[in-house]
Amino acid sequence: MTVVKQEVLALNGDEAVAYAVKQSDVDVVAAYPITPQTIIVERFSEYVHNGEVDTEFMCVESEHSALTACLTATATGARTFTASASAGLALMHEILYVTSGCRAPVVMAIVNRALSAPINIHGDHADSMVERDACWIQIYVENSQEAYDSTIQAFRIAEHPDILLPAMVMLDAFFLSHTLESVSVLPDETVRKFVGTRKIPLVGSHEGKSVPFKLDPENPVTMGPLDLYDYYFEHKRQQEAAMQRALQTIKQVHDEYGKISGRRYGNGLIDPYRLEDAEIAAICIGSTAGTTKVVVDQLRAKGVKAGLLRLRTYRPLPSQDLAKALENVEAVAVMDRSHSFGAHGGPIFHEVRHVLYDAPTRPQVVNYIYGLGGRDMPQTLIHEIYKDLQQVVKTKRVEKPVQFIGVRE
Amino acid sequence: MASEWKFTIRDLAEKPDLLMPGHRACAGCGPAVTYRQILKAARGPIIATNATGCMEVVTTIYPYTAWRIPYIHTAFENVAANAAGIETALKIMKRKGRLKHDHVDVVAFAGDGGTYDIGIQALSGAAERGHDFLFVLYDNEAYMNTGIQRSGGTPHGAWTTTSPAGRVIPGKPEHKKPIGDIMVAHGIPYVATASPAYWRDLIIKARRGLEVEGPTFLHALTPCPRGWRYDTNKTIEIARLAVETCVFPLWEVIDGEYSLSAPSKAIALKPERRKPVMEYLKVQGRFRHLLTPESEYVIKEIEQVIDERWNLLLKKCGIA
Repeated sequence: MTVVKQEVLALNGDEAVAYAVKQSDVDVVAAYPITPQTIIVERFSEYVHNGEVDTEFMCVESEHSALTACLTATATGARTFTASASAGLALMHEILYVTSGCRAPVVMAIVNRALSAPINIHGDHADSMVERDACWIQIYVENSQEAYDSTIQAFRIAEHPDILLPAMVMLDAFFLSHTLESVSVLPDETVRKFVGTRKIPLVGSHEGKSVPFKLDPENPVTMGPLDLYDYYFEHKRQQEAAMQRALQTIKQVHDEYGKISGRRYGNGLIDPYRLEDAEIAAICIGSTAGTTKVVVDQLRAKGVKAGLLRLRTYRPLPSQDLAKALENVEAVAVMDRSHSFGAHGGPIFHEVRHVLYDAPTRPQVVNYIYGLGGRDMPQTLIHEIYKDLQQVVKTKRVEKPVQFIGVRE
Repeated sequence: MASEWKFTIRDLAEKPDLLMPGHRACAGCGPAVTYRQILKAARGPIIATNATGCMEVVTTIYPYTAWRIPYIHTAFENVAANAAGIETALKIMKRKGRLKHDHVDVVAFAGDGGTYDIGIQALSGAAERGHDFLFVLYDNEAYMNTGIQRSGGTPHGAWTTTSPAGRVIPGKPEHKKPIGDIMVAHGIPYVATASPAYWRDLIIKARRGLEVEGPTFLHALTPCPRGWRYDTNKTIEIARLAVETCVFPLWEVIDGEYSLSAPSKAIALKPERRKPVMEYLKVQGRFRHLLTPESEYVIKEIEQVIDERWNLLLKKCGIA
């Protein structure tokens, strides 16, 4: 397969997502503009009203109903999409679990924004981090190009018969959502072919027949039943098995997409930058990786063996890839743009440090909570982090494992 | 308006039940009888969705299901959004040639909690957007599934576990929310009340609800022996008394025009046929605490509001 010739458009992150949805033959989009609104569904509704897509667009009365409608439309056999952020995602919380529990492959874009109070609409990962246990695939993107590419990939991953789990694609508010970028877009027919028509797998019905897993009057199935201690656990266990299988599927879909687009983000799970011989490394998700790469280049120019690992897929957590990528690093800084209040550090820190506990040579790990509520993360602060890591390597000890950076104390 | 569907009781008996026997509803369950009757009105392919509640719990305990038709439950507050999503998916799949059937009906069921209270937002939204589905409110006048807590549909004075018959406050202080009128105010094409005691009327109304294009609303009063505190063999009797006393009149609104259904119209034309409200109250344990001289004022309040609402209904129907 050869790389397809592509058009370059000036798009912000929201528009890049809307463009990807436009090309992905989506049947139903249901959305609600809870504070804060994103441009994704505004752009998409223009496509609908201009007849550029054959999609039913539902302007529902709440985010709760937006996800509900996507869930039941998916259960009926449609391909669906919604977008949300912050308070909207929080309102969906209940239905996030119902969606994954019903094995409905809904795709959702999240513009990562802070949770209230105090009310704030800027870049912060608190909204999607609290949903990390909801059994949704979570992909965090670095730029608008990746937002476009990942949205297309998400349909293939979520709908894969081995997976059947909903997927969310996260992009940082304003840093990506409202910032114009050159985005290469594939031709419509290429995307259409890549995503294909939604395939509905067969399941065993209560009548003992093999039937399509959808609400079909010819082959009735019951979805969302009461499920008590005698079966619930097995169903949850199956969800976890699907999550683990998704590690492979995400890589496969990413690779297949890479062949036609010419774009790859690491292996689709982790995206290392100058990490091969690094002694010190930072780990982050989202757009901060872009700034960090600049800092890594500056340090490398001075002979400092600095690297970066961007965690692209957070759910399922690529624990083996993480451990392998960091096995020769001496000190690691985990950067969290959200905090788990009262815990020992932020959510990414918990998981990375946990994964490294079993590593043959366990690196020192420091956590930096940064940028809450959209506070800027300039190069100077990232330099401070790498400077700290150099000190950790020298002294072989971490003075303060959890630190807040760029905040008035 | 919908076609006039003619049927005999034999036709109904020969029509397979879409909600199968063997489910786990209580003896004397009003909603179970009502579901069975409503599903007799199905005219072809149909998908059902249910809010969390008694009927969701008793009809689907995995790996069992009583549903012979496609069915989905997602949560408590969103059954109208369930229906909206299903209906929208059917519409686009038909347009794209991916639907085997020419038309598939969608019916959403919710109890009073899932309609009057936590479900009203999704219901109002779906009604405003005009989705083509029938919403059935099975009103047993409290949160029976969770242990008889009061809802916006619980009548004034009734005992529930959260509106106890206390020494100072005798039962629920508030009156029942006029949910049918609220739905009429949405401007939807069909709204009706129904009772399992008047099965023919109920089945015809369910059929109309399915046949009319756009959102339709059927409010059925479905007595609950557990929550209303009466013997399990009295369900239909009490459902009938509610109509005969004008506590729950039967009416329908077609394209904004109110009209009384036969059992209530008979009372409107000959008011002497109306039974006293007390006959309805005294047979239910949930009102027993009101049958004392100290609580007489509550009975008066109940009677007054029922009279006011009945007279208002007569005016809307052009009778008074």
